[in-house]
Amino acid sequence: MSQRFTFLTARRGRKRPHLTDVLSYLYLIAGVVVMFGPILWLVLSSFKTTQEIAKFPPRFLPYQQQTISVEGYEKPLPLFEVQFPDGSTRTLAQVRRVGLEAQLIDPQNPGEIIKVNINQRKPVEKVAFTLDNYIEGIKSFDFGLYLWNSIVVTVVATLLTLLVNSMAAFALSKYRFRGRQTIFLIMISTLMVPLSVVMVPVFLVITKIGWNNNLLGVIIPAAATPTGVFMLRQYMLTIPDELIDAARIDGASEWRIYAQVILPLAKPAIAVLAIFSVMWRWNDFLWPLIVLSRNEFFTLQVGLASFQGELNIQWNLILAMTVLTLLPITAVFGILQRYITTGIATTGMK
Amino acid sequence: MSLANLKTLRDTADRFFTAVYDGLVAAVDFIFSFIQRLLGIKGMPYVFVLPNLLIFGIFILFPMLLNFVYAFTGGTSFFPEQRPWVGTQNFEQLLTCKNYLDPNTCVEDLFWRAVYNTIWYVVFQVAGMVLISLLTALILNRKIKARGFFRSVFFYPVLLSPIVVSLIWKWILQDTGALNGILTSLGYQKMPFLINAQQAQFWVVMISIWAFMGFYTLILLAGLQSIPADLYEAAAIDGANPWQAFTRITMPLLTPTMVVVVVLSLIRAVQVFDIAFVFTGGGPGTATLFLVQFIYNYGFSSPNKLFGLAAAASLVMAAVLIILTGIQLLARREEN
Repeated sequence: MSQRFTFLTARRGRKRPHLTDVLSYLYLIAGVVVMFGPILWLVLSSFKTTQEIAKFPPRFLPYQQQTISVEGYEKPLPLFEVQFPDGSTRTLAQVRRVGLEAQLIDPQNPGEIIKVNINQRKPVEKVAFTLDNYIEGIKSFDFGLYLWNSIVVTVVATLLTLLVNSMAAFALSKYRFRGRQTIFLIMISTLMVPLSVVMVPVFLVITKIGWNNNLLGVIIPAAATPTGVFMLRQYMLTIPDELIDAARIDGASEWRIYAQVILPLAKPAIAVLAIFSVMWRWNDFLWPLIVLSRNEFFTLQVGLASFQGELNIQWNLILAMTVLTLLPITAVFGILQRYITTGIATTGMK
Repeated sequence: MSLANLKTLRDTADRFFTAVYDGLVAAVDFIFSFIQRLLGIKGMPYVFVLPNLLIFGIFILFPMLLNFVYAFTGGTSFFPEQRPWVGTQNFEQLLTCKNYLDPNTCVEDLFWRAVYNTIWYVVFQVAGMVLISLLTALILNRKIKARGFFRSVFFYPVLLSPIVVSLIWKWILQDTGALNGILTSLGYQKMPFLINAQQAQFWVVMISIWAFMGFYTLILLAGLQSIPADLYEAAAIDGANPWQAFTRITMPLLTPTMVVVVVLSLIRAVQVFDIAFVFTGGGPGTATLFLVQFIYNYGFSSPNKLFGLAAAASLVMAAVLIILTGIQLLARREEN
């Protein structure tokens, strides 16, 4: 390996990094900032108070004004740093504000009220993450319900996709029967026909069946993905037919051959399809948007989109809900990263 | 929990799932054995493809045919039996223009705006995407420390839903957002990122590149890694410089992968919808109104739903996609 001279892959000089190495790392670090920066910013913003979110220009970290409980006052009082004309500064708690004048007290000596111009005081702040947005968001956004709908759609649709597509792939790869070529050709020819092209008629079919505002209407139509059949079939073709013959001699039924011989052997391909299906379904938007028009059936994506479409955008809640929506898929990615990246690299689908 | 405990836990879970699976298999086998006795082994493949074919036929094939019925009928009724036959009127309405370069002179000016918006979007997005993905893949293909980490960083946004992506960027680009915050603190004026038509168009392209580039980078990286290293060794012995190696070895051998990447990104770009839908809502004005949103607006969200027009527009789009898919299949064949 050390003998290999592969430029574009290897460093040219052994001792000092070449200029192109420096540039490469600069590019990658810039990439980390551009790719992760927005997400980090979203997460940090979601922990800010409403006042902090409305602040312009925004600050990087979430700050919160410190408060102090003083005897004689029900609520905790906000702390300010007050600069007096003689140059001295004191940390005082604000009791009330009247126009341009602020009335403050010394927490140690609550009896005396000090009146200053509001420009003379600066809030005392510390970095603090508030969970208020999450708590309020979950309450007003119906997060639990949308999450449940999303989970149902993703899990049921993925199981169904795997079952239906692997059965078809099994038939198309392991049997010779009349119509096999025709079926396969028709499927391949629709490989790239997206739902957006047949939106209107599929919606009619759904309406006729009565699946409007029904999760089945979201789950079923895309369950028979030609992509999935194609991928699984290609993989099953590599499984030797002798195994099937042997199982038949042992008296196994065709179903058992499918379920207990072929499926276990096709696990890697099934895993890739499962990951893709989860990704497709979790992030799906256009089709659920069309089929589901009532709140109680919204998936997370539809809920989030309609939430942000409301007249006055409540950014504090949207940010928190967006973070919650991206958490599950991030967790899946964290665990299955290697499978996902190699799966995509080898099959070229998304 | 100790490691041994964890292992027994996993074993128990494994055994549990195997038992459930075996139980299900046995239960279904009861039905399937019965069918097999009826039809014989020769009939079984039809049983196996049937569920897929049913769903496929009802929700893909049949709607594709039905789309033609919608496209050649008029009126506002949703049910085909109540729609009068109008021949090619929908297509004429869509495709009639005095001057095809000026959407204002078209009967259906929104359609042509959507067409032109989609065209510039596709051109800039695909070009930008391919260039940036290629550059990133080339850099990741070098001897880089922590390559896996960097690869994941570029890939991560691919997993995010378009809704989440648009919300993240809307939050950054809005009038009082982080980017304007940075501009003001550097002493510049605020910029109308989402209010100015050209700016909004620019950002829709940038955001979709941001969201999808990791996917194409991965494919290109796989393509780069399949180029045999001894080719470069031979070139080095012959005294080739890195640029020559790039243009004479990397590019020619990467061409099939590049074609796949270009066509895949074209197919996806033509269907652009959700990012712009949430990010700009098609605005400002009609600056980011794309074809799929045009279809969606006419078929599903406007008060008087013109399904015929929507279906005709989707057939126009399907024609484009079929051509692109054909190119892709040809390219794949070349690659193999």
